[in-house]
Amino acid sequence: MSKDNKAQKYWRENLIYLAVLLAIWFTVSYVFGIFLVEPLNEVRIGGAKLGFWFAQQGSIYVFVLLIFAYVYLMNKLDKKYGYID
Amino acid sequence: MGLTFALYIGIAIWARAGSTSEFYVAGGGVPPIANGMATAADWMSAASFISMAGLISFMGYDGGVFLMGWTGGYVLLALTLAPYLRKFGKFTVPDFIGDRYYSNVARTVAVVCAIIVSFTYVAGQMRGVGLVFSRFLEVDINTGVYIGMAIVFFYAVLGGMKGITYTQVAQYCVLIFAFMVPAIFISMTMTGNPIPQMGFIGSMTDGSNMALLDKLDQLHRELGFAEYTSGTKSMIDVFAITFALMVGTAGLPHVIVRFFTVPDVKGARVSAGYALVFIAILYTTAPAIAAFARTNLIETVSNEQYADMPEWFNKWEQTGLIVFEDKNDDGRIQYVADEKTNELTIDRDIMVLANPEIADLPNWVIALVAAGGLAAALSTAAGLLLVISTSIARDLIKMQIKPDISEKGELLSARIGAVFAVMVAGYFGINPPGFVAAVVALAFGLAAASFFPAIILGIFDKRMNREGAISGMVVGITLMLYYMIKYKLQGFGGGTPDDWWFGISPEGFGTVAMLVNFVVSFTVSRVTAAPPQEVQDIVEDIRLPSGAGEAHAH
Repeated sequence: MSKDNKAQKYWRENLIYLAVLLAIWFTVSYVFGIFLVEPLNEVRIGGAKLGFWFAQQGSIYVFVLLIFAYVYLMNKLDKKYGYID
Repeated sequence: MGLTFALYIGIAIWARAGSTSEFYVAGGGVPPIANGMATAADWMSAASFISMAGLISFMGYDGGVFLMGWTGGYVLLALTLAPYLRKFGKFTVPDFIGDRYYSNVARTVAVVCAIIVSFTYVAGQMRGVGLVFSRFLEVDINTGVYIGMAIVFFYAVLGGMKGITYTQVAQYCVLIFAFMVPAIFISMTMTGNPIPQMGFIGSMTDGSNMALLDKLDQLHRELGFAEYTSGTKSMIDVFAITFALMVGTAGLPHVIVRFFTVPDVKGARVSAGYALVFIAILYTTAPAIAAFARTNLIETVSNEQYADMPEWFNKWEQTGLIVFEDKNDDGRIQYVADEKTNELTIDRDIMVLANPEIADLPNWVIALVAAGGLAAALSTAAGLLLVISTSIARDLIKMQIKPDISEKGELLSARIGAVFAVMVAGYFGINPPGFVAAVVALAFGLAAASFFPAIILGIFDKRMNREGAISGMVVGITLMLYYMIKYKLQGFGGGTPDDWWFGISPEGFGTVAMLVNFVVSFTVSRVTAAPPQEVQDIVEDIRLPSGAGEAHAH
């Protein structure tokens, strides 16, 4: 595998991870917290309406998980392609 | 409170900067977890600490724009910008833009944008400092601002980034402790659950066994306000504001620079994770505080005798931040949505500071909250001042005016830049423009409209060139300034919310300006020459994580 080829493959996998993670990012905040807030409010989580809860709590929890998922995936990817200092 | 200051200054002396690299990015050697805390402190400004819970308290569901906007922007930053900028290994955002777009014009445009954004933002911080001092030390607000200036000046100017980083670690600890203690107390009394995030979705302990949020909705309905959990903004505006805050956050120069202070790309990634954990603790507690405070406030004042009001009510009345006008002369406080019969006006900024008093907590908790508010305001102000001084010393003087400047001379001009910046910030603190709070939100719009597309395209679009980036930034920031001046400050003939484009408020307009920036950049770049080969090589290089250490040496 040539050097450039390897770099390109690495970059492509990186972009796929980004696309997936950002799709989740968009879903929990914009879709659950804003666009679908009213239908989701019919469902309840504890004493809160679910749509409202996503806008003020849930999305933030998912955000934290997303960054750590990213760190984990990228470290694995670095190892696979041998990009370690 | 005095103790916390002594601590910050002690750290500043201990970590005094000896070289420009230490001054700008702490020598690139801060451990990720400490860097995460410092980033969190830098990030959580007086606006987050003092104003945000208050805003949510009055906005209900609509307040979610700040919560999602500011934390979601962090995700964007961590995934799409931080690792690559760290690999690039220069000190500032204008540095990146200048090199990536091989142009001093681009660098200057970026410096100007960075300075506009930073000053708009810092003006708000100084108001926060003044607010806390005037209420708790019972000094004149101007004296308060002078004290704040002296402290910021001391550690930003002497210590540079190294001093600031370690001071901010201490400040994070102070501010999170100060934020959590009253929240836990109040959650305990109101819902019986010591975890505010659980209390938020729990039930009242007042015997009704009603969910807290249902109770709040009910109170709102009775007084004629919109339901707490529904809000009043249109969906498109909520979307636009959230998006503008997200990309604006990702484009804020003082936060981006944080990722230059860790040892390598891996460190930049994980440091962003830690930072968001530290931020999330405060950001998930804030909506709980907002709901508790709102319920408490309504139950304390609504339809009660004015003469029976507790001490905090009168104290805040003296500052002019609570105003009561007995319109129907019945001696009771009517707090309702209808402007004509409403008798009580409360400044949103006081909610977090007054919350422990409203809930009748002991005095030391109240002092703690004041110390926390100051920690938040000072850490952010210091970070911003550093960006301003670095921009002046490095991006303007060294890169353009006098390239042969010595390391000592550069450090000196950075410090002079910081002095100048402290003065201007102090001026804003003493003579606050009436629209400070609004302007802080707009700083995000400006960052979104100017930097964000240029940086993103610089990394993800190899074909993006000088002409595209410059025209995008200029068009973006001009459009944003125009809209902001027209609809917020009533310049260029002004206008009412009915005239807003697509029903989007000035706070949300950064989203539109950013899209325009993207389109302009893209179009212009495709009809002009491709960037030179060595620039394309830079782009290839920053996409790969290894070798960040070498790139940093200079």
